[in-house]
Formats: sequence, C-alpha cells, structure tokens
Amino acid sequence: MSSHTHRTLLEQMQEQGYSRRDFLKFCAWISAMIGVESTGVVSVVRALESKPRPPVVWFHFQECTCCSESFLRSSHPIVADIVLDRISLDYTETLQAAAGHQAEQALHDTMQKYRGEYIMTVEGSVPTKDGGVYCTIGGRTALDIVKEAAEGAKAIICWGSCASNGCIQAAKPNPTGATPIHKIIKDKPIINVPGCPPIGEVMAGVIVHVLAFDRLPQLDGLGRPKAFYSKRVHDSCYRRPFYDAGLFVETWDDENARKGYCLYKVGCRGPMTYNACGIMRWNCGVSYPIQSGHGCIGCSEAAFWDNGPFYRHLAAFPGFGIETTADNIGTAAGIATLGGMAAHAISTNIRKRKLIATTDGGVPKKGGDE
Amino acid sequence: MAIVRSKPMQQIYVWELPVRIYHWINFVCIVVLAATGYLVGSPVALKSTAEASNQYWFGTIRFVHFTCAYVFLFNFLFRLYWGFAGNEFASWKNFIPHNRAQWKELADVLRIDILQTRQEPLHSMGHNALAGVTYFMMFLAFAFQVVTGFGMYAAMSTSWFPQLFAWIVPLMGGDFAVRQWHHMMMWFFIIVGVIHIHLVFYHDYVEGRGTTSSMVGGWKFIDVERVIERIHSEVGPRKKKSKSD
Repeated sequence: MSSHTHRTLLEQMQEQGYSRRDFLKFCAWISAMIGVESTGVVSVVRALESKPRPPVVWFHFQECTCCSESFLRSSHPIVADIVLDRISLDYTETLQAAAGHQAEQALHDTMQKYRGEYIMTVEGSVPTKDGGVYCTIGGRTALDIVKEAAEGAKAIICWGSCASNGCIQAAKPNPTGATPIHKIIKDKPIINVPGCPPIGEVMAGVIVHVLAFDRLPQLDGLGRPKAFYSKRVHDSCYRRPFYDAGLFVETWDDENARKGYCLYKVGCRGPMTYNACGIMRWNCGVSYPIQSGHGCIGCSEAAFWDNGPFYRHLAAFPGFGIETTADNIGTAAGIATLGGMAAHAISTNIRKRKLIATTDGGVPKKGGDE
Repeated sequence: MAIVRSKPMQQIYVWELPVRIYHWINFVCIVVLAATGYLVGSPVALKSTAEASNQYWFGTIRFVHFTCAYVFLFNFLFRLYWGFAGNEFASWKNFIPHNRAQWKELADVLRIDILQTRQEPLHSMGHNALAGVTYFMMFLAFAFQVVTGFGMYAAMSTSWFPQLFAWIVPLMGGDFAVRQWHHMMMWFFIIVGVIHIHLVFYHDYVEGRGTTSSMVGGWKFIDVERVIERIHSEVGPRKKKSKSD
C-alpha cells in the first residue's frame, strides 16, 4: 500500500478511471465544502495534481466505526472511492486488504519510512485504566500504539466524539478510563472533528484541507475546525423563527409538534451544540435530526451523554439524581430559606416584645432578657 | 402610655449618592435578569394563533436579558471602582475581613442577629462584618455570572466585547455546563436577595436606626456614644498605619 504514496491524487484518480474533468469537479466541490474562496480553488487543484499525497494511517480504538461509515456515505463518490477506499490509507483496520502480521507490517513500514511526514487519524477513544487492557490490537494496548504512532506523526486528526472528547464510553462512571487523544498527546498538532459521527463531508473537507494546503485548518478553542464548528446548530436551524417567536413544541404529540415548532422545550441541544448539521445536513443533504422532528442531542459536545435526560431542557443536576434539575434544588433551597426566615421573624418578635416590656423611661432595664 | 427610647442618636451620612444609585440600578438589573433568565430557561407555553413572523416575544426577552447584562456589568464595575474612591463605608475593606475586630463583629452578628442567642444591641454603622462578607461572595457571584453569561453570548455576537469571555466555554467543557451553572447561580441571587430584604427589615424592626430608608436618603441613626467610640478607635490605628506606610 505504501508504494502508492509518492503519487499525486490526480494520478491516482486517473488510474481509477476518473477524467481530469471529474478531478476538477471534485476540487471545486471540496473547496466549497471547506470554505475556500473561489480563487483558492486553484490552490486546491495545484496541490492535488502536483504534490505527492502524504501517507495516512487510520487507527480504530474504542469506537463503533460510525465515523468511517459516515465518511463512506459522503455525498461525493470520489471521497469514498479515492480519498478513503483505494489510495489514501496506508493503514486502517477495517478497510485494508492486509490482515494480521501483514497489516501490522504495513503500519510499521509507513511509520518508519515517513517518520515526521505521515498524518495520523484516530477513530475512537483510548482506555487508560488498568494499564489500558480494555483495547488491544496485535497484542499491544491502544495507549502504546497511540503514543508510538503520534511520535512520528506530522499531525493528528481525531475523528468523531470518541477521539475528540470520549463520547459514550467516557460517560460516567467511565469504567475503562476512556480518554480522548488530546489528553494523551500534548506535543502534536491535533484537529478535533467531533460528532457521533461527524458529517462525512466535514471529514472529507478536513482531510483535503490538510492534504492540499499542508497545514491545519483554523481551529477554535476546543481544537475544532472553525469552518464547520464555529456556529451552533441553533444558529442555522430552519425552526429558529419559532424560537424567537416563542412558539414551542410542548409535548411530542401536540399540535405544535405537527406544525413543526421549535423543539427547545423538549430538550433540543441545538442552542449548545457547535456543528454544521443545519447547513450540510445528512445523507447527501436530505435531512438532519431537527428536520426529521427530533431535537438535537448534542452528539458533538463533550459529555453529551451525561447531560441528560435528552428530552428535557434542563439537565439533571450533578450528584442529585436524574430527575433533579437546578430549579428543583433552587426551589427547595428557597423553601428552606423561607422557613429559616419565619423562625427568625418569630424569635425577633419575642425579643422585641421583651425589649418593649423592659424599656421604661428610655433606659432599658437589665434582666428579663437573658 | 408611650414607650420611649431616649438614647441620644445622631445622624450619620453613610451611603453616598453613587452607592445608592448603584444599589437601585443593581436591584432593577438583578430582578430583570432573573425574571428574563428564568423565562429563557423555561419559556411559558403560548397559545397563539398568530404566525411566527408576527411575533418575537422570546427574542425580545432574550434581548432584554442581554441588554440588562451590559447595564449590570458596567454598574458592577463602577461599584468596584467606588470601593476605592468612595467613603469609608463604601471601601473594599468592609467586604474582606482583614482584622481581628471584623472577625469578632462577624461572630457577634451571628450570635446576636442571626442565631439570637445573645441579646445586647449591636450597632454597626455601615455594613456589619457578616453582611460585608456576604456581599463579597455576591460580588464573586456577579463576576461568575458576567463571565459565564458573556461567554455564552460570545457565540451569537459579532461584537468584540463578549469575545473577551469566550475562553470560559472550553474551560468549563462546553456551553451545556456553562448554561447549567449560570442557571444555578440565579437561585443564589434569589435566595440571597430574599434574605437581604428580610434582614434589612429585621434591623429596622429591632434597632430602629433607619436601615431601610438609609438606601434612599443615605442617613442612618447611631448612638452618640458609638460615634465617639468609633472615631477614637479609627483614628488610633489609622495614624499608626500611615506612619508605617
């Protein structure tokens, strides 16, 4: 597999039977996806037709492979066919032809031959408890593999919420100590592409950006590409006018749900979730959760699994059980306060009566008050 | 027969006009912020037949919340400044117990006014030590609400100002956690606010020194003896301090 790596993407595409015209269409499409201005398309074309593609190794750890599935279903065939399936990957457990020792050999060769050049992509979190025994490949722990591979990597792309923030397996009590990559590797450039899974086009856009421009896309404070994660799902939601108008679905089967009102009160996480679902949508732009009548569950946000229940606006308050919200606690504390105040007021009145009783001619008498 | 308390009292100008203005702006802001904030968290169900394009009440509530937040912040910043520029009752020193007398007063207030296990009267001029500490905690809560609130607001604003607070979101692990704590803190204000009003009434009810009206006119009544005592105790250590500075 690694013998392919000195060719350009164009050469590899032509080998697969694509024309130059197909190649240019792909470049224009992906440029639009990653938000490059129209003049930048030229740079994408130049890069992909002249620069040898850097080798990519793609790891799978604690995950469900939904990221790979999402990538394969990206709306442009070339993404799956060229970028992922045939050419781009020097190592990926789920798709490569090699198996067992051959596969490990391919990985080893790439890591040695292209030390400091290869792009490491990771799907899945890494278990750190009990010496990392909860995920091993070829007899080695994921933790070992990540550390070794990261050492020679040029950059790391973390696919999905697992690699970016731990996702479901890191939910409390996190029995395996599932840990996102950025908490293990500190000395390499890391791109987080969260989502469960991330949108296929977003994944394609990120990887093409890295391949074409040879540098990381602009990232936000959480290491996510700004092109796709700078706005909340809420900001591009087509139901947003209902939100501003204060028209909400109250229960799942009410008239308002039928009218397609805002899902805020039935727990939609759109206002707290940074993702491009409202713009790119899913399955070739067919729909996305809110459009299908279900609130966003915030799958690209850290700890989304612990911020439940999904169908309520306010989360359960940490440490108080699943049915207890901040408002319940506040109300209880408020009632306790009122009780304390009532007791205080009674005590004050007793004291004042004594004070009045003992005040005579202006000088309070000693005694009777203690 | 009339009951007379005839200890000689004197009027002291305790709360300067800027402090009073701050107090009432702050009061209005907190009430509005809590009310709109609560509605943002739990919007009321509106049974309206009007088209979405004809109404904007939820947007308006959010707008009021955000606008009020700016007023609240600058009012708060002004008060911090006045903690250094204002008179001795407005000084920051009232809020952070830093000497033995303040700790003693704090314990006395707890015993006499709150738990009512002792009966002698306690006459603080400005904030008593316990109130001072409580307001200091409240200032911390103000700062927390400002940072978390503007941090969340940063994502929906193109203005540079909220962006200064955007760092809190990754620090707390995402918008969800930030919103949760911002919401929880609202209850702190409600509870502290209720206790505050209760205790103001309490002091006026028992001591009759004009605690309630002092935030309108600035004047409080105090025993003449206490005034003299206080002047003596304050002038002494202060002179010493200025020498050592």
